[in-house]
Amino acid sequence: MEKFTLGIAQVCPALGDLDRNLALHDKILREAARQGVDLLLFPELSLTGYFLKDMVPSVALTPRDPRLNALKEMSREMAIVVGLVEESSDHRFFNAAAYLEDGKIRHLHRKFYLPTYGIFDERRYFAQGETVRAFDTRFGRMALTICEDLWHPAVPYIAALDGAELILCISASPGRGLLPEGTFANAAAWEHLNRTYARLFTCVLCYCNRVGYEDGACFWGGSEVIGPTGDVLLKAPQLEEQLLHVAVDRREVRRERIANPLLRDERLDLTVRELQRITRELQRILRLRAEGTP
Amino acid sequence: MNASTITPELTLDWDLCTKILTGFIQSEVQRAGFHRVVVGVSGGLDSSLSVTLAAAALSPGNVWGVSMPYKASNPESLSHARLIAEWLGINFLQVDITPQIDAYFTALPDADHIRRGNKMARERMTVLYDHSAHLGALVLGTSNKTELLLGYGTLYGDMASALNPIGDLYKTQVRWLARHLKVPAEILEKTPSADLWVGQTDEEELGFTYEAVDRLLYYMVDRRYELPDLTELGFDAHFVEAVFHRVKSSQYKRRPPVIAKVSVRTIDRDFRYPRDWGL
Repeated sequence: MEKFTLGIAQVCPALGDLDRNLALHDKILREAARQGVDLLLFPELSLTGYFLKDMVPSVALTPRDPRLNALKEMSREMAIVVGLVEESSDHRFFNAAAYLEDGKIRHLHRKFYLPTYGIFDERRYFAQGETVRAFDTRFGRMALTICEDLWHPAVPYIAALDGAELILCISASPGRGLLPEGTFANAAAWEHLNRTYARLFTCVLCYCNRVGYEDGACFWGGSEVIGPTGDVLLKAPQLEEQLLHVAVDRREVRRERIANPLLRDERLDLTVRELQRITRELQRILRLRAEGTP
Repeated sequence: MNASTITPELTLDWDLCTKILTGFIQSEVQRAGFHRVVVGVSGGLDSSLSVTLAAAALSPGNVWGVSMPYKASNPESLSHARLIAEWLGINFLQVDITPQIDAYFTALPDADHIRRGNKMARERMTVLYDHSAHLGALVLGTSNKTELLLGYGTLYGDMASALNPIGDLYKTQVRWLARHLKVPAEILEKTPSADLWVGQTDEEELGFTYEAVDRLLYYMVDRRYELPDLTELGFDAHFVEAVFHRVKSSQYKRRPPVIAKVSVRTIDRDFRYPRDWGL
């Protein structure tokens, strides 16, 4: 599809209540269908809520769990991205994002960078994802990331070089550091990151954040879609539940990549060579340290 | 405390701050299955701000302000408590705690003013929790970040609550937000006092001004400056040391009681659920 309608469900999932959240997804999906949305994003851990702590195993789902059937069914009409706790066959638990299309989970991304500092505690409860892959969809090639993943530039870099024209990021970002300028410090930082990545990787970047409160933390919302020139295609308000959509024209990516062929000129060979050198040197230092050489 | 200036570091967007704090009260109260709150109103700034936020969040009819004077309390405290309640149009109750305090200390005539002050704070807590059950209302807290960090409060007394909308705001920020919400000038401009004995003022008892300590705490706590870095910023080394000591030595007041660990899974250490679990 050259042109499609991208929707953002800036919702407030219930903490630890799968049934209520499945019902919430169902309701929003029906509304989005009426509005003609082709691809709808829900935020990080949209099926479970975020600060789960010891509830993580209790709300986990395997990709074949029948409780996902209704969502799979609805994905025949509209592609859907949801956030879930995924349990692997060896009982590891991942903070995951599922891309559903044509009745099945077409791609599952396991959060790669788990923040464990400040207000965050994810490494205590989740296993780390091991891959970043772009994948083909009805709307072109895209990549799916989760929140902290995008605070590491290697992730969008790999996604773009793997062919993604659309980078999706689902997030559960609690506001930290209220500023005099009517926003949180980390919200302002997110806006910088999103514009920078969209421009540097000449792609469409879609950031879907949640709202609501958990244990006093306030998720700030402010979801947005940024075009390949860094322009804001869609901006959701702060703090409010909203279902929003915007028309995305993939030809804009083509036009921008003609005008600004940054990805064509990317020196992947150089990056890989230098990273390998750095890795070798780090390994050498570790080896020497292990041998007791100062 | 100079009421007309604020350290630039502590300036917030007061409209957004109000929206977040009222949203927090609504969300936390409603998800617990309640729609009312009960607040101890002392006539001071902190409780006036808490109750103002609650009235905006839940509507004045769902808010109960309880004034709990002791016979030696400054009469101005009661009149200001009444003033804020009338200004907001909330429900107002007055419970005199003199009989129970005097009954207790009759047998303990030598008790000093600290013991008496703590006893009053805890007596007020029991009155609030009694009304919590009676009214079907959650107890809304009124401790600010400055006093929580300094341990300037009575454990299981004024520090007790179900939810606290102002516990992440320093005292200076409390004053600015209250001013933004147009809390009456009599309350805004009076000298902060716990009013636990005649003539008590916070800043005299603490030995420094809120303005000075808030700026110090902001760098020490929010910005994680080490002690030598704080003196480099211009803070007096003795002041830094004294405040740091207060923060450390009052840590126990900010934590649940310590539990001896003998089982495979101990509450709070490896039995970790969000406080909002099941709400």
